[in-house]
Amino acid sequence: MKFKNKIKQLSGSWYFLLTVILVYALFSILNKELYLSSIGFFNQIIYKIIPIFILVFILMTLSNYFITPKVVIKHLKDKGIKKWFFVIVGGILSSGPIYMWYPLLADLKKKGLSYGLIACFLYNRAIKIPLLPLMIVYFSWQYIFVLIIVMIFVSIVQGILINKLMEVKNENSNSV
Amino acid sequence: MILGTILLISLISVVVPKSFYISVFSKNSFLDSLVGSLIGSISAGSPMVSYIAGGEMLSQGVGLIAVTAFLVSWVTVGLIQLPAESTILGKKFALLRNLSAFIFSIVVAIITVLLLGVLS
Repeated sequence: MKFKNKIKQLSGSWYFLLTVILVYALFSILNKELYLSSIGFFNQIIYKIIPIFILVFILMTLSNYFITPKVVIKHLKDKGIKKWFFVIVGGILSSGPIYMWYPLLADLKKKGLSYGLIACFLYNRAIKIPLLPLMIVYFSWQYIFVLIIVMIFVSIVQGILINKLMEVKNENSNSV
Repeated sequence: MILGTILLISLISVVVPKSFYISVFSKNSFLDSLVGSLIGSISAGSPMVSYIAGGEMLSQGVGLIAVTAFLVSWVTVGLIQLPAESTILGKKFALLRNLSAFIFSIVVAIITVLLLGVLS
């Protein structure tokens, strides 16, 4: 009974991990060579990223501690061009799961933040400063720099586009 | 999640031969970025996982355009979060944002790789 309850409490991530372990167990019986090669490959990745993970978790903890939704939202209320700047910076610095931000952004929408700025904010959340050390393990500095610049530029384009499209949609729905 | 994904990536890297990746990714910039974006869009999880998966894809011979589209769509397109986003921020906005993010992931990938080519 207790075991059944424990199983029920397992989250999707644990099911996923257990399934993968089960697949490995099957391979260890059916194809030992493949199993050993996979474990070898796994060790290589782990050795490569473990030191970086320590740095990433320190940076994530610091960013979670200092850059709270309250701090970010305070600056999203600025006006004009400054607003775009703070939306981009806010998106980049924001942390935590994305769904946590939806109610806060919906609240800001009611207070005048445009759909374009919300889209721009959400796009820039893709740029994760604390994760840069891990990215550097796999990609060059030059690549990361160019990618970030292009993504920031595209986030503004997407914001302007969303503003236009939402205006068109709203006008159409108003005229009906 | 991260541990499970690394285990899975290790298994796939050993089981799936390089020739498979070469056959899926045709070296056509647009098609490769489209495939990369599709895979990234339907994937979910921490961006950390996408960096590891993307890095291993590169080492398996997948082109940088496809990997970039994969990385960008992983973090900008949220199919899993779409119901929550639709409910809280509106259906039209959520659909337009995710659709445009998908298209822009291809644009970002092509521009990034072109700019890298010019710079290097």
